[in-house]
Amino acid sequence: MFQLIDRRLNGKNKSAVNRDRFLRRFKSQIKGAVAKAIKDRSITDIEHGEKVSIPVRDTSEPTLGHAHGGVWERVFPGNKEYIRGDEIERPEGGGADGRGGAGQGGDGEDDFVFELTKEEFLNFFFDDLELPNLIKTQLQQTVVLKPVRAGFTSDGTPTNIHVLRSLRSALGRRIALSATPLDELNAAQERLDEILESEDEHSPEVHVLQSQIRMLKNRLMNIPFIDPFDLRYTNRIRVPSPTTQAVMFCVMDVSGSMDEYKKDIAKRFFILLYLFLLRVYERIEVVFIRHHTQAFEVNEDEFFHARDTGGTVVSSALKLVKKTIEQRYSSVDWNIYVAQASDGDNWDSDSPQCRTILNEELLPLVQYYAYVEITEGEPQNLWFEYEMVAQQHAQFAMRRIKTAAEIWPVFHDLFKKTSIHAGG
Amino acid sequence: MNTATKSRRKTRKSPISTGSEWTFELINQYYDEIARIAAEFGLDTYPNQLEVISAEQMMDAYASVGMPVMYNHWSFGKHFLSTHKNYQRGAMGLAYEIVINSNPCIAYLMEENTMTMQALVIAHASFGHNSFFKGNYLFRTWTDAAAIIDYLVFAKKFIADCEERYGEEKVEELLDSCHALMNYGVDRYKRPQKLSLEKELARQSERERYQQSQVNDLWRTMPQRAEVERIDAPRRFPEEPQENLLYFIEKFAPLLDPWQREIVRIIRKIAQYFYPQRQTQVMNEGWATFWHYTLMNRLYDDGSITEAAMLEFLHSHTNVVLQPGVDSPYFNGINPYALGFAIYRDIQRVCTEPTEEDARWFPELVGSDWRQSLDFAMRNFKDESFIAQYLSPKLIRDFRLFSILDDDYQPRLKVSAIHDDEGYRYIRQALAEQYNLASREPDIQIYDVNTRGDRSLTLRHFQFQRRPLANSVHEVLKHIARLWGFSVKLDSVDEEGKTVLSYECKVEKRHGQ
Repeated sequence: MFQLIDRRLNGKNKSAVNRDRFLRRFKSQIKGAVAKAIKDRSITDIEHGEKVSIPVRDTSEPTLGHAHGGVWERVFPGNKEYIRGDEIERPEGGGADGRGGAGQGGDGEDDFVFELTKEEFLNFFFDDLELPNLIKTQLQQTVVLKPVRAGFTSDGTPTNIHVLRSLRSALGRRIALSATPLDELNAAQERLDEILESEDEHSPEVHVLQSQIRMLKNRLMNIPFIDPFDLRYTNRIRVPSPTTQAVMFCVMDVSGSMDEYKKDIAKRFFILLYLFLLRVYERIEVVFIRHHTQAFEVNEDEFFHARDTGGTVVSSALKLVKKTIEQRYSSVDWNIYVAQASDGDNWDSDSPQCRTILNEELLPLVQYYAYVEITEGEPQNLWFEYEMVAQQHAQFAMRRIKTAAEIWPVFHDLFKKTSIHAGG
Repeated sequence: MNTATKSRRKTRKSPISTGSEWTFELINQYYDEIARIAAEFGLDTYPNQLEVISAEQMMDAYASVGMPVMYNHWSFGKHFLSTHKNYQRGAMGLAYEIVINSNPCIAYLMEENTMTMQALVIAHASFGHNSFFKGNYLFRTWTDAAAIIDYLVFAKKFIADCEERYGEEKVEELLDSCHALMNYGVDRYKRPQKLSLEKELARQSERERYQQSQVNDLWRTMPQRAEVERIDAPRRFPEEPQENLLYFIEKFAPLLDPWQREIVRIIRKIAQYFYPQRQTQVMNEGWATFWHYTLMNRLYDDGSITEAAMLEFLHSHTNVVLQPGVDSPYFNGINPYALGFAIYRDIQRVCTEPTEEDARWFPELVGSDWRQSLDFAMRNFKDESFIAQYLSPKLIRDFRLFSILDDDYQPRLKVSAIHDDEGYRYIRQALAEQYNLASREPDIQIYDVNTRGDRSLTLRHFQFQRRPLANSVHEVLKHIARLWGFSVKLDSVDEEGKTVLSYECKVEKRHGQ
């Protein structure tokens, strides 16, 4: 008549398929909403999922229903003041108008709001973008050892004892060792019974048999239940598993002309790049280099928050990048990305030098070099020098950003799939 | 004296459990105790199956309209997302229970619930709803509890196969269109025929005879009769208007492939399965609430549950049957749990402690056995007729019901009746009408198919009380046109038969279909 079933261990993601279908169906709307969400909030917490809302009319499932109009009569509970024949002003927005309006109006106009997981969010976020020049990552893979199971051994540490296997081999050993004495014992016992039945119990054979039986029984008793020989250990070996790694250089001008607002824009750009790289590489190291007339490697906090003033010598930073690569990130093992943000100011005589460093020393080493100029003014000499670099090197890209709202479009433009760098 | 009996009872029986933690052992004990009491009250149920699930699984079940098996569709994903969001922000609790009209009757217990809540759910779902599913005439006529799970398994597999063969997109389009018409995929008045084996065999042999006649040479040699001159007036097709849109499409849509017809059929069958639930919300929830209230009280009287458990139960029960007034910020229409529960309690009251007024209104109930009267009420009505039959003046007073007439020809709303002598019958009728599905949903029927010309389909909306169609009609027409394959027209006809409004969705002629 009655059964009680525990279903808790059954899968809980029965709706995953339907959820995916929903996301796929409304992909373009969700992407629009995601792009909008990026603009509205600080990109630093982009790592989390996102609340996304899309217009409800897109997701609605139309059915035939009544609209407001005609004659409706509706019964309500909780009468306090009315008597028959009272007349009431028609409320605005159809509050008491019956079901007709409620289905369409009221809450119907709200957006449909739901949460995307972090994964889903980033998928939408970076959908249709790709990293240029991935060739090297496919050739160069660093080796990381990863422990995997590899059967069982007869030797190992106690924590790895495999109880089932050990007892199984103990059982096998016991069966094997006891087989012969058991047969002999049975035979002797039979023989003894025979003699006792038919002949005299004082026959010498009886004694012989009895002692033989004792001996065999002892032998059987002495077979140990478990023997060190039986123990089996789970075996783990370390196999090389391919991983890819990258280093990302964030280079920023911190001279007096870079105000907080510009730094913030630069920061957002760096974070976008970081997240994007994270989708491709398992390990990413970030190196922060700030410069005015001199360049220093600093930690993240200092990078964004400490203030400096003074002039600008961009080449100092480029030299430091070069030096760091040579010292710590030999280009064979690492995928190197550089993102440089600046307001475009530079000493006139330094700009051509930057071009030379880039052309001859830096660009051959790096996977991709993105330069963003955050300024509302006219391009200056650094921009023109860089333009010449861009013509020669496919992995060099440069864009201008004026306001925070442009970060995403510019980023998108740099990495969109039909990449302008594709020919390189 | 009363307290004395109570304390004696308590010494006789010790509570099944005291803490709030549940175990499988305890659920079994509670179930047995509740089942024993339910049997004493004469509740007739399908066998029960209780499934313990987690909150996530509850949300999964929510999303697929409560069914344990369902085909895949984005709309279920949408429901899941919104439930998930609301639940995570604490904007809503999950329902305590989902129960499925199947044989055995499956009810879900959520693992987060306390033992008292589990007992409440068992009483509510496994005995209340379950006996309703088994007893009510609509469910008996329209649903086959033993077959539904198997049918859904079949449907899910069939649709998945179609997705694989014809592409997810095509199937999804078709399902979207069918869902739009789901409420028009039911037979409202026609009863399903119960095919007996005998009839089935007779049909089978008739088919065989016919097929045989096709191969018999004698028939081929029959002289051809000269063709009878045709009657000129073209016959209307369909001869009579059809209310079941999906059925008509399944049988007659010119361009559908066989697999598409089968999917239309599946949606139609599922719609028909849910149709009784939509018509018996007040009755069904009221019945289940009445029984969990009665059974839990009995458990308490027997001493099987502690006072603490009883208080917890009452707290939750009171929330369930709360009916905020129209001026309350929490007002959200009439609470079917509250209304249904009150009516059943009232029937019980009229049977056992009638007043003079009751004797005038319900002479047949007064003095009768309340269990039989209640059973009769549960079996033979739907919401509309149930309210029309049993809503008593006392309830109208208790709920302080009043009706408001909203006529768009009048500048203001009018209070048409309140809880006084002249108003009782009026309010009862108005409230019953409010639960009448036929007037709640627009009456739309298939009126004509242009069989000789462009094959266009004409639907008619018969207006009721001059109520217009909502704007979504344009979208729905597109869906109908997609299913039908040719242009679709919809005429809104007023009560005098004049066409007031016409909607149309044109489909360009498709070649090579």
